[in-house]
Amino acid sequence: MQATSLIQPVLALVLSPLMFGVINRTKAWFAGRRGPPVLQAYYDLSKLLRKGAVYSRTTTWVFRAGPIVGLAAVLVATVLVPLGGEPAPLAFTGDLILLACVLGLMRFFTVTAALDTGSSFEGMGASREVTFSALAEPALLLGLAAMARLTGSLSLSGMSTAMALETWRQAGPVLALVTAALMVVLLAENARLPVDDPNTHLELTMIHEVMALDHCGPDLAFILYGAALKLWVLAALLVGLMLPVRTGNAWLDIGAGLGAMFAVAVAVGVVESSMARLRLLRVPQLLVGAGALAALALILTLK
Amino acid sequence: MTLDTILILVVLTNLRLLGASRIGASVRTVAVQGILLGLLALLAHHGEPSVSVWLVAVGGAVLKGVVFPWLLLRALRSADVEREVEPFVGPIASLLAGVAALGVSLWLAQRLPLPDGAHSSVLVAVALFSILVGLFLIVARKKAISQVLGFLVMENGIYTFGVALVRESPLLVELGVMLDVFVAVFVMGIALFHISREFDHIDTHELTTLKD
Repeated sequence: MQATSLIQPVLALVLSPLMFGVINRTKAWFAGRRGPPVLQAYYDLSKLLRKGAVYSRTTTWVFRAGPIVGLAAVLVATVLVPLGGEPAPLAFTGDLILLACVLGLMRFFTVTAALDTGSSFEGMGASREVTFSALAEPALLLGLAAMARLTGSLSLSGMSTAMALETWRQAGPVLALVTAALMVVLLAENARLPVDDPNTHLELTMIHEVMALDHCGPDLAFILYGAALKLWVLAALLVGLMLPVRTGNAWLDIGAGLGAMFAVAVAVGVVESSMARLRLLRVPQLLVGAGALAALALILTLK
Repeated sequence: MTLDTILILVVLTNLRLLGASRIGASVRTVAVQGILLGLLALLAHHGEPSVSVWLVAVGGAVLKGVVFPWLLLRALRSADVEREVEPFVGPIASLLAGVAALGVSLWLAQRLPLPDGAHSSVLVAVALFSILVGLFLIVARKKAISQVLGFLVMENGIYTFGVALVRESPLLVELGVMLDVFVAVFVMGIALFHISREFDHIDTHELTTLKD
C-alpha cells in the first residue's frame, strides 16, 4: 500500500460535507438566490454534535445502533473506492461485492432503526427505501460487472488503474452506458431529486428524511455525516472508474479526480434544479431503466 | 466505432419505446430511430457512398424522421385520443422483456454469421432486436397507434437487416419498400381516425367484442 492511496479516505473525511454545500450553491444559483454558506453542513454537524440526545422509551438498542453502525459501514466503504488512478487502501479481488454489501448494511441498520420507533410514518419511509434500493442494487452490480469484464479485473482499484483514454476510445459506448447507470444509482441511493426530494418534509414524498425523524443530536449528526460520506463514496466510484486522467503524477491525478467529484456535485445540483420529482410509481421504472442500461453494457462486453 | 455507437443508440430508442408511457414521446422516439437508421445506411457502406445510397439514406431519414411522425401526430390530434399508452404489459415488465430479447437476439446473431462478415457484429443482433421489439409492441399495447409504431419499428429492424446483408441493394427495391411503408402508415392514419370516429376510442382490445 502506498502512502498516496491514503489521500482519498482523508479527503473523504474532511471534504464530504462540502459536496452538499456545492449542490446547494448550484441550486441557489439556478434559482437566483444567494443560498446557504458552502460550509453550512459543517456548521450543522458541529451544532448537532454539541447537543444531547433524547430517546423514546419505546425504542431499544437497535434504534441507538442505527446511526453508529451506518456511519461505521460507510467509513469502511470510503477505504474501498479508488480516486484519480490511485489504488484504494483496501483492494482485493471481489471488493466490489464488499462495497455493495457495506452499503446494504448501512441501509439495513437505518431501516431497522426507523422500524424500531414503531412509527407507521417511519415504517413507510423504510418500506420505500428498501423497495427502491432493491431495484438500484442490480443496476450497480451489473454496471460493475460490465466494468470488470471490460478491464479484466475484479477489484475496484484494478478497474481504476486499467482505465485510460484508450479505453474510452475503444469501448466508449459501454463506458457511457455504465456511467449513466451509475449516475442514476448515485441519485437514487443518496435520495436526491428525481427519486426523493431532500428539501421537502412532506410525509407523502419523503424517503430518506422520514427515516431520520426520531433521531436527534449526535445521532442525527452521524446520519448527516454518513449521508455525506455515502454521496462521496458513490461519486468517487463514478469518477474513479470513469475519469481517464492518468498523468503519472499522483497529485495531479488526484487533483483532477477531486475536480471531477465537485463536477458531479454540480451535475446533481443541475439535475435538481431542472427536474421535478418523479411520481413514486414511476421511480421503479427509472431504476429498472438504469438496470437495463447496465445490462446492455454487460451484454456488449460479453459478445 | 461510430457504427457501434449508432447501433447502441438504436437499441436505446427501442428500450425507450418499451418504457414510454406517453404516445407523443413514443412517436418522437420512433422519429429519432428513423433518422439514426438513415445515418446507419450511410456509414455501413465502405468508401464513398454513391448517389443511390445517399438518396435512400436521406429519403428514408426524411420519411421516417419527419413525414411519418407528422402524419401520426396529426392523426392523433384529429382522432382526439388520450395521451397514455395503456399497455397490456406494464413498462417495467416490458423493459425486462426487452433486455431478455436483446440477450436472445445477440445469441441468435452469433449463430448467424454474415457471408462477408465485414460489418459490425452487433448489426444483425440489433436488427433482430428491433424486429422482436416491434412484434412485442404490436402484441402488448392496446391502442391502434402503438401498433402502427410497432409495425414501424419492425420495418426498421428489417431495414437494418438489409443494411447488414446487402452491400448495395438496388435503388428501385429500396424505394419500393419505402413507398409501401409510406402507404401503409398513411392508410393506418386514416383508419385510426375512422375507428375513433366510429367508436370514440382507438382501443383495439374493445374491437374483439364487435359483432356484425
